Amino acid sequence: MPFLLILPVVAVMGAILGYPIYYLIRLSLQQYGLDELLAHHGKYVGLDNFSSVLHDPIFWHTLVRSLIFTAANVGLTMVLGTLIALLLVRLSTWVRLLLTAGLVLVWAMPPVVAVQVWSWMTNSDNGVLNYVLTELHFGNFFQHDWYTTPFWQLTMVTSLIVWEGLPFVAITLYAALSQVPHELVEAAEIDGARSWRVFKDVTMPVITPVLLILTSLSILWDFGVFTQPFLLIGAGHLIPSNYLMGIYVYEKGYALTDFGVGAAISILMLGIVAILSIVYVRRMLKVGVEE
Amino acid sequence: MNRRLSRKLGWNVVGLLVFVFMVFPVFWMVSTAFKTEDQSNSFNPTWVPSHPTLAHFRAALHRQYFWTDVKNTMIIVLVTVGISLVAAFLAALALAKYRFAGRAMFIVLVIGIQMLPPIGLVIPLYVLLGRYGQVNTLTGVILVYFTFALPFAVWVLRGFLIGIPKELEEAAMVDGSTRLGAFLRILLPLVAPGLVATSIFAFITVWNEYIFASIILHDNSKQTITLWLTNFLGGSIGGVDWGAVMAASTLIAIPVIIFFLLVQRRIAFGLTAGAVKA
Repeated sequence: MPFLLILPVVAVMGAILGYPIYYLIRLSLQQYGLDELLAHHGKYVGLDNFSSVLHDPIFWHTLVRSLIFTAANVGLTMVLGTLIALLLVRLSTWVRLLLTAGLVLVWAMPPVVAVQVWSWMTNSDNGVLNYVLTELHFGNFFQHDWYTTPFWQLTMVTSLIVWEGLPFVAITLYAALSQVPHELVEAAEIDGARSWRVFKDVTMPVITPVLLILTSLSILWDFGVFTQPFLLIGAGHLIPSNYLMGIYVYEKGYALTDFGVGAAISILMLGIVAILSIVYVRRMLKVGVEE
Repeated sequence: MNRRLSRKLGWNVVGLLVFVFMVFPVFWMVSTAFKTEDQSNSFNPTWVPSHPTLAHFRAALHRQYFWTDVKNTMIIVLVTVGISLVAAFLAALALAKYRFAGRAMFIVLVIGIQMLPPIGLVIPLYVLLGRYGQVNTLTGVILVYFTFALPFAVWVLRGFLIGIPKELEEAAMVDGSTRLGAFLRILLPLVAPGLVATSIFAFITVWNEYIFASIILHDNSKQTITLWLTNFLGGSIGGVDWGAVMAASTLIAIPVIIFFLLVQRRIAFGLTAGAVKA
């Protein structure tokens, strides 16, 4: 009976996911460009695509850049998200409800819409960011262009991704924090424990599993990011020195129609994601199998 | 007591500042959408438009392909939701109610697939869809979205089914119902909210998706609503009409925000496997 029930999903997944993954591996072993695409037939070249990617300095630079980018984004999202969650606990009810509503609103923003808003707020001619920074005396930002160097381009992408990612982390952690037993915190405080120790010994054990899940999810999302850098930096301004992994796959494989090399990069990228996702999958599996 | 009160006041001030900081971009989007051209083009910003205009909204609604792309998006949503609900429901039932060999493996697959970055599958899916003549067709994107909507639907529905006590089912069977009868009369009404939540989630996913839509759908008349929005910036020569872009952005964000409010708790629950009871 259970096999009958999962049959449709397995069949569908096999057809529209298993087959593409098999095809991905096949493509990665082929010379497959525009001509081959039209002829529907590639030329087997063994591991040539992999060796050309692994010998390409752009691949290694992109990988390192992506890992640093991921670390920065995840670090910022988790730290700020935790701080907001801890803040939520300490607020009066009406402020808490207001802030939660605001967070949910941000969470709900479609990513593509958020990119448009970011482009508008940070544009050099009349972006509100330049105005606010100038008014607050951070310097003269009149007509300052934020997208001139790879570092700043990626910093703007980071600001967008952290802004979008904070609500999920803050709200989920707040929910976890509300499961910390009140009596325990109060008892510890009465015993004269400092607030840091209360946090470390009473609060942390309760929220650690949630922190773990949130961190691994953020790592996976931020490492595989595509839409935000692609649209915010702009397709015309993507150059090897600002590539992230997702952009690299797109530019090499799709834009340059070298699907064989693109497939090889995709496999390397998915392999890294698989390693990064072990913590999350194991955690979820535990929940899923035990229930 | 006084110290405690002033401390609370301090936290509240910080809370309000965070609120302003987080919500500002959304406020700025809506505010710009209602401003006149001079107001949005000046370096000194107008915070709240004194004479709100609807001109930008009218321009956005009348811009070419808006309604066509809304229609395309809705077709994709309906087909994706329709098929994936049935398949996902059956699989979720199996996961929630039976222990079977390969169950753990199946769960790993369901979770693992959600973790794959879509961009990693762009190359083979593009080549395959091309091979079967599905590039630049709605069917092509539906197939792709289906793959990504299905695992999440299975996972969320499973969460709903687990919450239903076995006794309820058994009681119905004792009353002389068949397994199918018990299922239809007892389970279905109880998971109805789960089916709604899953449909809404699929709607949001499809409405927001960019990568595959941009790679598969080339014709302006065959695109989805996110592509319509991004074409705004690409299509403008010289100065960008930010008022119109923000009006269009607002229009596109509204349905997602409304739907999201309805299912936000479920999404958080699904992503953390109920580690947090939101």
